[in-house]
Amino acid sequence: MKPFTYERATSPAEAAAAAARRPGAKFIAGGTNLLDLMKLQIETPAHLIDVNGLALDKLEPTPEGGLRIGALVRNTDLAADQRVRRDYGVLSRALLAGASGQLRNKATTAGNLLQRTRCPYFYDTNQPCNKRQPGSGCSALGGFSRQLAVVGHSEACIATNPSDMAVALRALDAVVETVKPDGTTRGIPIAEFHRLPGDTPHIETALEPGEFITAVTLPPPAGGRHVYRKVRDRASYAFALVSVAAVVQRDGTGRVALGGVAHRPWRVEAAEAEVPRGARAAMAAILANARPTHENAFKVTLAERALHAVLAEARG
Amino acid sequence: MKFDTPATTNPIDQLKVVGQPVDRIDGRLKTTGQAPYAYEHNDAVRDHAYGYVVGAAIAKGRITGMDLRAARAAPGVLAVVTAENAGALGKGRMNTARLLAGPEVDHYHQAVAVVVAETFEQARDAAQMVQVSYAGAEGAFDLAAARDLAEKVDQSASATGDFEGAFATAPVQLDATYTTPDQSHAMMEPHASIAAWDGDRLVVWTSNQMIEWGAGDLARTLNMPREKVRLISPFIGGGFGGKLFLRTDAVMAALGSRAARRPVKVALQRPLMINNTTHRPATIQRIRIGTGRDGRIVAIGHESWSGDQPGGGPETAVDQTRLLYTGANRLTQLRLAVLDLPEGNAMRAPGEAPGLMALEIAMDEMAEKLGMDPVEFRVINDTQVDPNDTSRPFSRRQLVECLRTGAEQFGWSRRSARPGQAREGSWLLGMGVAAAFRNNLVMTSGARVRLDGRGEVTVETDMTDIGTGSYTIIAQTAAEMMGVTIDKVTVRLGDSSFPASAGSGGQWGANSSTAGVYAACVKLRNAVARKLGFNSADAVFEDGQVRAGNRSVTLAEAAGGEGMVAEDAIEFGELSKRFQQSTFGAHFVEVGVDAATGEVRIRRMLAVCAAGRILNPKTARSQVIGAMTMGVGGALMEELAVDTRRGFFVNHDLAAYEVPVHADIPHQEVIFLDEVDPMSSPMKAKGVGELGLCGVAAAIANAIYNATGVRVRDYPITLDKHLDRLPELA
Amino acid sequence: MKLFFTVNGERRDLELDTRTTLLDALREHLHLTGSKKGCDHGQCGACTVMVGGRRINACLTLAVMHQGDEITTIEGLGSPDKLHPMQAAFVKHDGYQCGYCTPGQICSSVAVLEEIKAGIPSHVTADLNARPGLTADEIRERMSGNICRCGAYSNIVDAITEVAEQQA
Repeated sequence: MKPFTYERATSPAEAAAAAARRPGAKFIAGGTNLLDLMKLQIETPAHLIDVNGLALDKLEPTPEGGLRIGALVRNTDLAADQRVRRDYGVLSRALLAGASGQLRNKATTAGNLLQRTRCPYFYDTNQPCNKRQPGSGCSALGGFSRQLAVVGHSEACIATNPSDMAVALRALDAVVETVKPDGTTRGIPIAEFHRLPGDTPHIETALEPGEFITAVTLPPPAGGRHVYRKVRDRASYAFALVSVAAVVQRDGTGRVALGGVAHRPWRVEAAEAEVPRGARAAMAAILANARPTHENAFKVTLAERALHAVLAEARG
Repeated sequence: MKFDTPATTNPIDQLKVVGQPVDRIDGRLKTTGQAPYAYEHNDAVRDHAYGYVVGAAIAKGRITGMDLRAARAAPGVLAVVTAENAGALGKGRMNTARLLAGPEVDHYHQAVAVVVAETFEQARDAAQMVQVSYAGAEGAFDLAAARDLAEKVDQSASATGDFEGAFATAPVQLDATYTTPDQSHAMMEPHASIAAWDGDRLVVWTSNQMIEWGAGDLARTLNMPREKVRLISPFIGGGFGGKLFLRTDAVMAALGSRAARRPVKVALQRPLMINNTTHRPATIQRIRIGTGRDGRIVAIGHESWSGDQPGGGPETAVDQTRLLYTGANRLTQLRLAVLDLPEGNAMRAPGEAPGLMALEIAMDEMAEKLGMDPVEFRVINDTQVDPNDTSRPFSRRQLVECLRTGAEQFGWSRRSARPGQAREGSWLLGMGVAAAFRNNLVMTSGARVRLDGRGEVTVETDMTDIGTGSYTIIAQTAAEMMGVTIDKVTVRLGDSSFPASAGSGGQWGANSSTAGVYAACVKLRNAVARKLGFNSADAVFEDGQVRAGNRSVTLAEAAGGEGMVAEDAIEFGELSKRFQQSTFGAHFVEVGVDAATGEVRIRRMLAVCAAGRILNPKTARSQVIGAMTMGVGGALMEELAVDTRRGFFVNHDLAAYEVPVHADIPHQEVIFLDEVDPMSSPMKAKGVGELGLCGVAAAIANAIYNATGVRVRDYPITLDKHLDRLPELA
Repeated sequence: MKLFFTVNGERRDLELDTRTTLLDALREHLHLTGSKKGCDHGQCGACTVMVGGRRINACLTLAVMHQGDEITTIEGLGSPDKLHPMQAAFVKHDGYQCGYCTPGQICSSVAVLEEIKAGIPSHVTADLNARPGLTADEIRERMSGNICRCGAYSNIVDAITEVAEQQA
């Protein structure tokens, strides 16, 4: 871990401004991913802006009937909130399927959105990795790729996004609210928030330098049955091989987002017309462009079978 | 004390303390965080600095240059030690690969330097500034690819009768190949040491299962006299074989301390551990079994391929097949390939653990071919003598009783013989069985026992407690022998200044080390009797007193102000050659397999063990449930992923190398059959810590097959291996 | 950087490198070595402590982020002479072997029972809109962030269940 200076932010706008002012600055909230990466010198901030003191830990209704989740709401609290449990069950379920109780107590909504891939080559600084060191190459292609992406990846990177929460937010059409260093604010639809790797896998989100997440907003409840199914090797405390977030209506229509298959939560809105026809048709459309490796080809079958179980549960 | 005739009645047989489910005597320290582990001896060591190990970035090749300028100039740095400035180093007798690379690199993450600084944060940061350039060399990293180059190893090779001929003509045959992956010990406490020099004497607080081996190999590595090295290891946060040997933390702490002229602490950082230290090597195993129509085995053959660093050894996966089942025609053979992966070495039940993973699936497959129940198939192929030398009986062998008891207790009769029949909601259900077998090894073990003027007993031995319960069973042994309650016994372990013991390995620790304490106690009892003028054969040690005839003296009086001390060791004679000594068990498992996703979850587990006298049923049970848990890992998730291009284990931390968590493990049942084995030691005990692992994974594999009808022969049985063969979803 | 926090009821003033984790502050600076470093990356749970009554991994948080916080470690729950009921239950049920993950398991156990009482759901809670029950499955899921390689899980669940029943 490189030495860094440390300050406690006093307001979101000031935090953003400080980040723009100080080269190599990073925000720290829960710290559960950032410190992990700093110990390995995968992240090397020169300055940390501790945002934990900012009053962004509230959940409040929006005028439209949705829910505004403060950036610093802890994963435990978000999952346990009565409104989320009642109206956005897929989000509660996704959060509870992730990490451990200890980590959820610390991890924040914004931090969860920004967590980085768990690709083992990204984590090993001796190995080439375009995400960690642009231009160095991708060791995972042709290497140990069982956990990695089957769709949306590039020759430069086959990493997956490890978040469960983000998959549910994708199914719920959440909007990420931010403030920029110049004080302006904007809302970024979750569909545009995470990027595909392309030639620049080191650029993972739509955030601009210094831009600070203040909240995530959920639209009014969509109704329907909410299911989050995470498939993993061990029963808990593991990243997904494949996960399925689904909101299924009584008429059989629904939204489906996948985790564990791509560089971002994977949702193909155009494919959702197939959902009423069942898992096989739906997944064939959702993963139409899948290009798995030899080691992770099973994920295509697994996604279809997991969706089958999800749709059965939603109907039941 | 020489143990060369079968044990007769002795004070241990009273079982007032031994054999009782006594709470661990170190439990209060462990549960309150007061037990000091290697990195935590802050009372003993002051003014220490911190060392941080730099691992090699390549798997094989040569260091062509090291630029240490930035690291040396970094804040707080006191020293940087590399092979260039470490002085001439030897190599430990038990080590295959060197513990400090340079200029040659033998494997990935082999230590290339240690950076010593005032603080941990400074040392970690400066370690990243060490610039190393390498010339990489081609290496062999793929066992399957190296299989044909593997050479026969004499160890474990055996041939009885005419295997090939008998197999070829057997009415029912199985010829199948199984694979087990590289596995990591993944103990919770990283390898850690604090080293402090006093002139030319070195003290190392460390985490090591085998103090005598460790002290000897540290002296050898540092080219210094053995008697100038002291190792102290009172608490060990798990080992499983990974801490049997001297590792680089101790060497780097010693070298760093010498260079910095300060005590130095080193703990291996978790992401370095898996490639820096040892692992259980992967195997490819071919098993051939031939039987008559009646299910009697006429031919059994087991061959296994594994790889290791040059000069290393094989995974002895065929050992149990020499002894577990009957059959006149037998063949076992190991083959070893040279691989440039990190050093392969012992992990809990080396040999038998991976060997039974394969053999006990093969037995299940054979039973199915025969249309026999898998329990019955094993029962009819039991043997009470060494099948390679029928004049040599087993000392005690209750495999059949284990199988029968387990079948009864587990409700085995409810299992459907046809796979894929039982279902509960979205779960396919199955039951599986496997035999457990682990040889009983015995090792010389010494102890010193003091009796003080308060009538209290102190035992000192360099034996270690790696979670096995050594503290407690040694206290029980001394209490039983000296006729005192257990609270009057103090046990001091893990210090090389104490008499050398068997150490913790190969499941020999409990039996051998308590037998050593028994020997020392016999000597002390005789000395007490002699001092009091008692005939030692008549003296009864009971209730804190020693009595003979109508005379009775308290132990406190007997000891007097100066106290008394006795030291002895147990040494084992030929009994283990005349009698085959082994431990036996049976594992029963019920699994659920998710019909959609193929995820496997364990629903019930039972182990029945016959392993001699159980010295403490509470701690012994814990050994077995812990082993069963490790078996779940081996069956379902544990695999070091080899990057065969770059030559390393890719998933080298605890997030990527998954071991079981709470949610993976149901309530576990353990039954110990009544058994005493007078051939094993005066304690009449054997070991259970490794037995509990042997066969577990195969029982799970067989249960999965029973649930799905899909046979998987490659561990771990992750969902991708049967997903595309599961029933279509409606 | 100067800071203070309260550990087991006692105010502790420290001057630390900004890089020092809460875990290293406890272990290396305050010599409270009951909290263990198993992985230093949030992958094992051996470092579990309670901050403001919530369990966290002390290895993945900086000491400087805890100015003024109330921290409870294993040493604050009980001592060898005066065990916390959970510590006593672990001894009784042999809920440990090597002991290295044990302080983290115990801190987590104490917090888990509070979390269930507070109605916080878990991955295995069948009905998100109902209060979670005190079942073995709930305990297992919630304890899954504490790895025990010795495999004492079955006994740990017995110990926690006994304490939960005493509290009920």
